[in-house]
Amino acid sequence: MKKHILPAIKLTVLSILLLCIAYPLIVWGMAQFAPNKGKGKIITHNGKTYYANVGQSFTEDKYFWSRPSAVDYNAAGSGGSNKAASNKEYLQQVQARIDTFLVHNPGIAKSEIPVDLVTASGSGLDPNISVQAAKVQVKRIAKIRGIAEGNLLQLILAKTEKPLFGLFGPEKINVLELNIALDNLK
Amino acid sequence: MNTEILGIIAMFGVTLLLAIPLGKYIAKVYAGERTFLDPVFNPIERLFYKVSGINPDNEMNWKQHLVALLTINLLWFLMSMGILMNMGSLPLNPDGNPSQSADLAFNTTISFLVNCNLQHYSGETGISYLGQIWLMFLQFVTAGVGMAAAVVVFKAFREKSTTQLGNFYNYFLKSCTRILLPISLVLAAIFVFEGMPMTFDGKDTITNLQGDTVQVSRGPVAAFVPIKHVGTNGGGFFGANGAHPLENPSYLTNMVEMFGQFIIPMAMVFAFGFFIRRRKFAWMMYGVMTVGFLLLAIPNINMEMNGNPAITQMGIDNSLGAMEGKEIRLGAAASGFWSIVTTVISTGSINSMHDSSMPLSGMNELLAMMINAFYGGAGAGILNFLIFIILAVFISGLMVGRTPEFMGKKIEAREMKIAMIIALAHPFLILVGTALAAALPQYTSATLANPGFHGFSEMLYEYTSSAANNGSGFEGLGDNTVFWNISTGIVLLLGRFLPIIGPVAIAGLLAEKKFIPESAGTLKTDTSTFGLMVFAVIAIIAALAFFPALALGPIAEYFSLY
Amino acid sequence: MNNNKNKLFEPALMNEALKQSFIKLHPAKMFRNPVMFMVWIGTLVMAAVCVWIAFGEQSQGSFAYNLIVTVILFATLLFANFAEAIAEARGKAQADSLRKTREETPARLENGETISSSQLKKGDVFICEAGDIIPSDGEIIEGLATIDESAITGESAPVIREAGGDKSSVTGGTKVLSDKIKVCVTTEAGESFLDKMIALVEGASRQKTPNEIALTILLSGFTLVFIIVVVTLKPFADYAQTPITIAAFISLFVCLIPTTIGGLLSAIGIAGMDRALRANVITKSGKAVETAGDVDVLLLDKTGTITIGNRKATKFYPVNGVDEKHFLKSVVLSSMADETPEGKSIIELAGVNPLSYQIQNPRFIKFTAETRSSGIDYDTIKIRKGASDAIKNLVEKAGNHFPSETEEQVKSISSNGGTPLVVAENEKVLGVIELQDIIKPGIQERFERLRKMGIKTVMVTGDNPLTAKYIAEKAGVDDFIAEAKPEDKMNYIRNEQSQGRLVAMMGDGTNDAPALAQADVGVAMNSGTQAAKEAGNMVDLDNDPTKLIEVVEIGKQLLMTRGTLTTFSIANDVAKYFAIVPALFIASIPALQGLNIMNLHSPESAILSAIIFNAIVIPMLIPLALKGVAYKPIGASALLRRNLFIYGLGGIIVPFVGIKLIDLLVSVFI
Repeated sequence: MKKHILPAIKLTVLSILLLCIAYPLIVWGMAQFAPNKGKGKIITHNGKTYYANVGQSFTEDKYFWSRPSAVDYNAAGSGGSNKAASNKEYLQQVQARIDTFLVHNPGIAKSEIPVDLVTASGSGLDPNISVQAAKVQVKRIAKIRGIAEGNLLQLILAKTEKPLFGLFGPEKINVLELNIALDNLK
Repeated sequence: MNTEILGIIAMFGVTLLLAIPLGKYIAKVYAGERTFLDPVFNPIERLFYKVSGINPDNEMNWKQHLVALLTINLLWFLMSMGILMNMGSLPLNPDGNPSQSADLAFNTTISFLVNCNLQHYSGETGISYLGQIWLMFLQFVTAGVGMAAAVVVFKAFREKSTTQLGNFYNYFLKSCTRILLPISLVLAAIFVFEGMPMTFDGKDTITNLQGDTVQVSRGPVAAFVPIKHVGTNGGGFFGANGAHPLENPSYLTNMVEMFGQFIIPMAMVFAFGFFIRRRKFAWMMYGVMTVGFLLLAIPNINMEMNGNPAITQMGIDNSLGAMEGKEIRLGAAASGFWSIVTTVISTGSINSMHDSSMPLSGMNELLAMMINAFYGGAGAGILNFLIFIILAVFISGLMVGRTPEFMGKKIEAREMKIAMIIALAHPFLILVGTALAAALPQYTSATLANPGFHGFSEMLYEYTSSAANNGSGFEGLGDNTVFWNISTGIVLLLGRFLPIIGPVAIAGLLAEKKFIPESAGTLKTDTSTFGLMVFAVIAIIAALAFFPALALGPIAEYFSLY
Repeated sequence: MNNNKNKLFEPALMNEALKQSFIKLHPAKMFRNPVMFMVWIGTLVMAAVCVWIAFGEQSQGSFAYNLIVTVILFATLLFANFAEAIAEARGKAQADSLRKTREETPARLENGETISSSQLKKGDVFICEAGDIIPSDGEIIEGLATIDESAITGESAPVIREAGGDKSSVTGGTKVLSDKIKVCVTTEAGESFLDKMIALVEGASRQKTPNEIALTILLSGFTLVFIIVVVTLKPFADYAQTPITIAAFISLFVCLIPTTIGGLLSAIGIAGMDRALRANVITKSGKAVETAGDVDVLLLDKTGTITIGNRKATKFYPVNGVDEKHFLKSVVLSSMADETPEGKSIIELAGVNPLSYQIQNPRFIKFTAETRSSGIDYDTIKIRKGASDAIKNLVEKAGNHFPSETEEQVKSISSNGGTPLVVAENEKVLGVIELQDIIKPGIQERFERLRKMGIKTVMVTGDNPLTAKYIAEKAGVDDFIAEAKPEDKMNYIRNEQSQGRLVAMMGDGTNDAPALAQADVGVAMNSGTQAAKEAGNMVDLDNDPTKLIEVVEIGKQLLMTRGTLTTFSIANDVAKYFAIVPALFIASIPALQGLNIMNLHSPESAILSAIIFNAIVIPMLIPLALKGVAYKPIGASALLRRNLFIYGLGGIIVPFVGIKLIDLLVSVFI
């Protein structure tokens, strides 16, 4: 063992130079050519900057709601609810979310509510909702904002992100972008 | 076809296609043959050897390999404890995160040292950027160690009869420089352009559209995430790991991250075949692993896409699947698929919360780690698989009326003893650990996030993940307590080094034996029949040892839900 | 192979085995078998639980139920012991029947004194005459006799044994038919091979073979896994607030550990030796039988194994110009005194009675190694017959011409696998006799079978390479050693071994002894010298050179029986789990009723059915353990597929059916 100690130390030091200094610097260098120089994709709206990929809490009736979050969309941390599918307390919570939604969205049948609106995401920062989740809120927003439902549906269509290359993965809508566009609609 | 399913097929297909040439490349690297990266890395490596006083041509026997391996690990352990317990007052800490307590530092160190990355802290608040970069270092080198150990086994079966199994430092360094580093760089390039942060700035504070003020954690994520996957480590930069929108911003990064964690375990199988010049044998291994993988993955995709029946009953539109703990941009299918990818190989990164998986999905995740050999971690997977092969060779050898032999070497009492100890160690660590946790509710019951069967599953998952060096968790478990930190720390250590020592010892012992040429009476180990046998051994050993525990956890939960 | 009584359970043996089943409950004996030892402990614990309940404990279920569990576990132990005992009894009975023939035979010593055979010591010399039973194994030191060995070998044709050379050994219990011999005792009473074999079978000196040890490690491993499973189940169950009775724990444990193979393991080993004995092969260790199954290379003597005994004369070729009748006369006369089978076959082919020729003062010339020819002198005529180069030498020395015609005939005979003998009269060549080897009928098929098993066959012969090659091709052996000297065999064996192959050979002569010792499996013929028998690790009582093939199959059967029953035993666990696990938890977790896929009647009936199945499967498999799993040379992969299908898949399905049936029966009573 003794004769291995010195080579191990030297090898470790050199590896740190390569892997902890050279490698991150190269990546950092590449990031300088990336959007916002690697400080995270941003959207600017009315002079304010938002992180495009980090979801925001939307609970007011005039906005498209985002999904429930276990961390209240505070990206200082992240995480899911970690509730088990069989957890009674959790199922009651889901039921309560459904009920709340129905109260805020009169005229919507229960069967129209997509599951993403009543379940918390894994990160608590999910920036997206499903297309159905946007559509199901149209009636409410149209009424509050006094915009024709058709216009809202068109907006949703415009903001719907297609699967990757049109082939892979789900369709989705970025809630922040949708709501900014909604604000711009006026 | 459903675009979510198509995405999975595309990802799996691309990985398989690229695994074969990469396997060939890896075999060449370890055999010391010429590769296209020679001009870059030859001078670097020469410098490393010269400064470190290492002669890469100085071959070691299996015992010397293990001594070198354990020594360097001990060194890293000490360094890591020093850094994690003091990083609060060291540079690169813009958020002013605190140093870790001794027990948390112990757990974090061990868990990164053993290529597991069970994280009892959250990246946003529990560690400085210096700490993150140190952990990134460990993610590189521990993967390198696992691969180096696997190459000792490769070498043992390449030669007819030898005690000289190459140089540990050579295998280790080449794994890092020529395999892990280049792939990581390619991945990082994709990630930075997909919006993954790469900055040394601290948290940003913003006021969002509705007017709430929140913070946004950032950091050198794009350097950290590639090796987290390529080295099958899985330690997340952020608490939510691969579910975090900055750690996995798009469906494309999700595909690339899955590819990143999948490619080396798969390629190592083919590398084994190329290296020992038995490609058909590699295909047998690959076949068994793939069948096992698909048998776990397909039901999971299906169950997650079908959603939670208790929620379906509430009468809402459940067609998106079980979205609790999942991200919309990734979808239920890719999350179900990832949950098995990350558990069959020892990554343990997550892109959805496993705690909220359907009960039997959770069981499959557990089974994947209980088996821990369907592809398996970088290097470690092959070592684990070797144990199952030895057992299968023994039983099937008897079944054809011949003293069992593998690769021309007789399997005798000594090898059986080691194989049996390693095969036993895994259920021992998992079951005894869980039993301890179940028997000591004063330490554990308050840490559980869910009641009943699922609470039991959380404890079972924690030890399974530790023993398999996986690192994922049923994260509802409040695991940053002295009890969990120390007990899982011990399981992690044993779960890592026993399965390295055992297979390397077996391979070393077999390598010393006389080579027996094949005859018509020799049981061929590269056939589908033998593959079936290996599969049966794996299935039966896992099923038999863990069935009662699974019955009390996910199975009972399943029957109570449906 | 005459005394193959294949009735597995003779009443006399059954009684003995039953008695032994109980004697073997001794803890020291049980300890040798870790799997059954755990069952033994489980039974004791259950007995204690019964007592506990009798004293008023309420939490463990009814007394009757616990008692039944205890009894079934006890029965499991007895069944396992019975399996071993019946295998031992059969082996012993077989050995006894061989030994009986020579017990208590009077032995007449040199000094005329007559003592009992049991009093003979090593080194004693006794005398046997026609009609005597030979009292002990020994070596003839004087004389020659025809001996009837049918008592041992079942072969009715008498054999000749004589002092000196390789046929000097006699076996106790055989009968002298003619002449008189002086025999030196070679083994101490009680130390003959047969005695050693009986000791092996009885277990006194039985050691675990390396393969048995490795398998025991595997089985111990499985036992340990289930100790962990069952012990950790207790806190799990407590956590789930499910009380589990001790009976249920122990039943689960006993069902899961591989009791089936554990109970039958030693019976399989003994039965392997017993099967060898039934094939009239005495093995000196269990390991030898096992090794035989692994043999890669088989060294076989040409004569007697591949070809029928000896060469036969098939054709005469008189030299041009020599009168055929004259040639025939010379041939016959020269072979008159030739007692070798070749000599006899020449006269047979000629079809003339040698006594019909009137000759004066015949003087027979015996074959010697120097002249390498034999013949007869009468009047002024000298007839010689011998190997072509010997005769050529003789002829040319006398200044005569060795005809080219003969030269060619010699060559063409050789290349066709024959042996040419040249006959000369007064140093002039008369013609050539062709001797041909007759390949045993059916031998090609046996070699084909060996090839499919992956065994390389090598023919060893003293013939020249040309002849050897011809016969090797015709018989279908893979390789040959021509003009073999004893050290050639040795070198060949060493060479094969250095490449990692296992070599088996058969031999009888003293000069075979080193090679027999060197070979991994050395089978000495019983007729062979004492040295040969000491050197080998098996002795073939039949002196049948093809016996090696059977020995190899017996070895393979032995390993296969172990492998298949191990697989069967472990595969059984799947069904047992589905019987017991729901039974353990259903009371507290009704949801787990979903696991009760066999729809068993009640938790108690489920547990009882599982352990009853577990117990009775042992006696049901005893016949298979004793007879061995049939070996089919269909290639290793196909064989694995076949056995995996029968014993693996069967092992999963059979207990589902069995446990369900037993449950139907049990549920009638509870």
